[in-house]
Parts: sequence; structure tokens; C-alpha cells
Amino acid sequence: MKKTLFDKVWDAHVVKEIENGPQILYIDKHLIHEVTSPQAFGELEQRGIPVFRPDQIVATADHNTPTVDQHLPVKDALSRNQLAQLTENCKKNNITLYGLGHKYNGIVHVMAPELGITQPGMTMVCGDSHTSTHGAFGTIAFGIGTSQVAQVFASQSLLLQKPKSLRVNVNGTLKSGVLPKDVILYIISKLGTNAGTGYFCEYAGNVFEEMSMEGRMTVCNMSIEMGARGGMIAPDQTTFDYVKGREFAPQGADFDKKVAYWKTLPTDENAIFDKEYHFDAADIEPMITYGTNPGMGIKISENIPVENNASFEKSLAYMNFEKGQSLVDKEINYVFIGSCTNSRIEDFRVAANYIKGKKKADNVTAWFVPGSQQVAEQIVQEGLNEVFENAGFTLRQPGCSACLAMNDDKIPEGEYCVSTSNRNFEGRQGQGSRTILASPLVAAATAIEGKIIDITKQLN
Amino acid sequence: MDKFVKLSSTAIPLAIENVDTDQIIPARFLKATNRDGFGENLFRDWRFHKDGSENEEFVLNDTKFQGSILVAGDNFGCGSSREHAAWAIHDFGFKVVVSSFFADIFKGNALNNGVLPVQVSPEFLKELFDAIEKDSKTEIQVDLENQQITLLATGASAIFEINPYKKTCLINGYDDIDFLLSNTSEIEAFEKTLS
Repeated sequence: MKKTLFDKVWDAHVVKEIENGPQILYIDKHLIHEVTSPQAFGELEQRGIPVFRPDQIVATADHNTPTVDQHLPVKDALSRNQLAQLTENCKKNNITLYGLGHKYNGIVHVMAPELGITQPGMTMVCGDSHTSTHGAFGTIAFGIGTSQVAQVFASQSLLLQKPKSLRVNVNGTLKSGVLPKDVILYIISKLGTNAGTGYFCEYAGNVFEEMSMEGRMTVCNMSIEMGARGGMIAPDQTTFDYVKGREFAPQGADFDKKVAYWKTLPTDENAIFDKEYHFDAADIEPMITYGTNPGMGIKISENIPVENNASFEKSLAYMNFEKGQSLVDKEINYVFIGSCTNSRIEDFRVAANYIKGKKKADNVTAWFVPGSQQVAEQIVQEGLNEVFENAGFTLRQPGCSACLAMNDDKIPEGEYCVSTSNRNFEGRQGQGSRTILASPLVAAATAIEGKIIDITKQLN
Repeated sequence: MDKFVKLSSTAIPLAIENVDTDQIIPARFLKATNRDGFGENLFRDWRFHKDGSENEEFVLNDTKFQGSILVAGDNFGCGSSREHAAWAIHDFGFKVVVSSFFADIFKGNALNNGVLPVQVSPEFLKELFDAIEKDSKTEIQVDLENQQITLLATGASAIFEINPYKKTCLINGYDDIDFLLSNTSEIEAFEKTLS
């Protein structure tokens, strides 16, 4: 029987199959953060159940942390309490925590890959839907609810039905200025927000093979925005080179042994997927969203479609856009470059490359938030911070920030924000805020121009 | 976990598609460290204006509609994995959510909290919306044992799918932790096979 990448990793982790029921799936790594773990710790404590494998859990503080003055006590009492609980729970249960200010601190889906915690062929979970990010390494990684966080604490396993398989192929040559973010926004705009529900998605084709690990992470990150619990890309030399030498990666002969195994993981030729789609890379252009779900995306050069249904109209009313309208020249006062989708070094290189020698538009408030302490450090090492400062931008400290606006980084009511994050839901970036999702290049251009521009015109 | 066997109730119609978990419970309410009280902020930004006054146009504020069944548009619960969304729905008093499609993580979270997601065809969903719209007192029966949802006034009914294991859990109020812990020795044996 020909197997897919997903089958190979999944089948290697099945502890037991229950007749007419789910399977017990073993979890190699469990990542936790302050927002979705406290109730799980509470439940275990209440039931007198110990944490089964504390060594396989890594914690970070990211969702609810300030992005300025991290050395000071957190001002908001509820946030401070949540962070204190994470610290206490980790200490009590012997779990490694990279808390605020630690050199390894950062957004969970940025810090784990850069530390080599994420490795091909693993199963990984986290109480966060963007755990799909780690699939970029050929890892089965998916978001779970807090009850499941408690289950993994208790048994390092989950009870699951094996999902169906889906493959999205993109082949051809990407146009200049088309970034991994555009590729995934394009795919979601074509397939819709629930095409992947019930499926695990593999991305295949030369476009993904030629992408960096950062780019692959951006793509896999947004799998959940088309409903797929996870997205995967076959591990290859790019993957091995990225993992090699990182803090928690296997070393020496162990590494070579692992690579030999990882090389067996790619999908067998002629393996069958339950659903498959093909796209031509040449059809993709820089994308933006105009509505209140990530499937509502268009090429910047296109107009908002004309659809007559109540949900579509409700969405446009919230955004204060008209059917058929072009978003080019739309004035924008807020720009956010950050989030687990686009806060890695490559994203800031793209932004700096565009910004170099230009000045920030006066009307724009821009938040540039690196995904981790390590990314922040690298920005300084590469001199990108000088580019940003000379243009009138300041860099903030790592965290999820305005992606979900749990901290003080909130977009004011009624304002538009061109954002490199992953969700444009109503109020996602602050009550009444209006989010336009885009790549770091489009976000940087918006910050310079103070309005949305057709970036393709500048590039060609 | 609450048991769920059978329920008859009037329903609240939420005819909006792609209801995401940020609408069910906005992120700013995720700072709590226990599971209680999330119902207060269920659909917060649709139920209340920014000044805290009630949005009379929102269906949950329409006293005509009551009950422990929420009937919602396609692709309910998409977005974030926050189980707070399921807690909020449960805490508000809903025992059942009916839709033509559910997002995966929400569905699992609901089942883990004794809230039954009932997936029906788009046609049957429309029939439910129409019936509730016509008569807000119309009762809907959800029978987990027989996996059947019925509009009591007309007798129109549909069968819904549920994983047999999850069905047993709901009917008996079991949760997955108990089951996983009963398999610890097998999990430990499996670990020994990992290199």
C-alpha cells in the first residue's frame, strides 16, 4: 500500500486502535502557553493526576505579554496573574519554561522551530490552532483544546480519528513580489475556509520545494484558515540544513541516523489522496483580504467580488467596503508586521529591503513585532533595525501582539490595519478594528505610502 | 462531564455563516484561569454595544427566542482552538448546537464539554430556521441514542452522525482522560519501541 507523508508519520505513532472508535496517538512534543494551559493544569490537580512526561513539554509566554517594557511587571492584573500561574504550574510540574525575558522566549510557533525542538516525523500539539506551522518540517502538528491539553499532560497521548488526506499542488514560477503569504492566501481564496475541514493537507510541487523553511512555515501556519487541522511539507535537504546544529536538534551520528529516517518520509509515488487540487504559480499575485474571514481574499489588482448573500454583505458592511470596489489607494493608518505567520527573520528582511532609504508615511502607526528574542537579536545583528529606525519605525519586543490583541496592542475601532497575521475576523485586532491580511512586502509598502498600493506596478 | 441522552427544547436561530471562535468569545476574555463564567461574554461584541448596552437587534437579546438549542449557519466554530468558546456556549445554557457544518477543533471541544454538535444537511437546516422563524415556540427534539433530530410540530426528522466512542462518552458522562489513563501500560510499552 502506497503511503502519504501524513500516513507514515501518523501510523508510526498509533499506540492502539479502538474498535469502532478512535485511535490512541502518541505525542512526541507538547508545547504550552499561558492562555490555554491553566484550566488543564487545574483539572489534573483537581483529579490528583500527575503530568506523565514533563520532559516532553516546553512552555513559553507569548499570547498575553506586553511588547514594550518587558523587564517591568506586567501592568494588567489578569494578564500578570495568568503569566504567574504558568510559571508556578511549570515549576510545580518540572516543565521547562522560556518565560518573558528569557533568551529563548518568543511566539510558540517561532521559538520551537528555531530551537530545533520541532523535527521531521514528530507528532506535536499545542493549545493553539496555528500549531499547523510545524508541519513545514514534515511533522504532524495540530492545535488542540484545553481538555486535550489535559489529556496529553495525563498520558502523552490523544484519542483521535485519523483525518482524511488532501494535497494542494502548486507548480510553476512565482512572479516577482509574490511571497509565501500570497501563495497561501491565494489557495484559501480559491478553496474557501472549510475545504480542509476533516483533512490533513500536504503542500507539494516545486513552489514549496524551492521555499525556505520560513516560507514553508508561513504556508503551513494558515492551513487551519481553510479548516485543515494541519498542513505538511515533505522534509528535504532544506529542512535538514535548517534543523542541523540547533540547540535541541540531534547531534553528530544521531543526526545522521535521523536524516536517514527522515528521507523515508516523503509521500510514495502514486499514493492516493482523498482530495487533490492543482494551481499554477504564474496565476498568483500579491494578495489582500477585503472581508472578515481569510477566504475573502483578492489579488491587489482585482476588485472586491459581487456576491449576493447575507453573510457576505454583513462582512462587507463591517469592513465598510462596497461590492466591486478596488482597494488600491485606500488610506490605511495602521500596519502590523508580526504574528506566528510572518515574524521570522526573512519577513523582516523583506520589509527592510523595501523600506531602505524611504520614510514612514505620517498617517501610519506601525508595529513591527519580532516573533522571538532570537529573531529580535538577528534583526540587530543584520543591521535591519537601523533601516527601520532611519525610516521612522521602532521595533517592539516579541509576542503575539496585535494578531489577537490580548495585550495592549489593539487597533482602534473603525480603523483599518494592513496586517501580516492570519485572521481578519471581526474585532480580531481590537473591538471594531478592520483587518486586511497581506504579506510583509505589502505591509511594508502600505507603511511607507500610507495607503494600499498595487505593488506589482512598482516591481514590474 | 454532563451526560447527554435526549432533549426537547425551543431553539435560538443564529442565521450567520462562518461564526468564528473570536465572535463566540473575544480574545480579551481569555485571561481567566478557570472555566467558569464565560457565558456572560458569549457573542459579546454582537450582544452588546461598545458602551455596554444591549444590541436589541441581536437574536440572543430577542426574548421571543429561548431554549437550550442553538441553530447556526454553515461552518460554525471556525478559527482559534480556544475551548473557552465551548465553555461559553455551555455556560450560557446551550446543550446542543445544530449547523450544516462544524469546524473540527470546535466540534471536539464541544463534545469534551457535554455540548452535542448536530450536523444536518443544508436543506434540513433551512427547514429548522424556517420553522423557528414561523413559530418561536416550536420544539426540537434531539435524541442521541437514535442519532435523530426532529421538528416535533411536523415530525420532520433527520439522522445525524457521531463517532460511536464519543456517543458512549456523552451518554455516560465519561471523558477521554479516564480512558487514556486506563491505557497507560500500553502507552509505556509503545514508548519503549521508540528509538
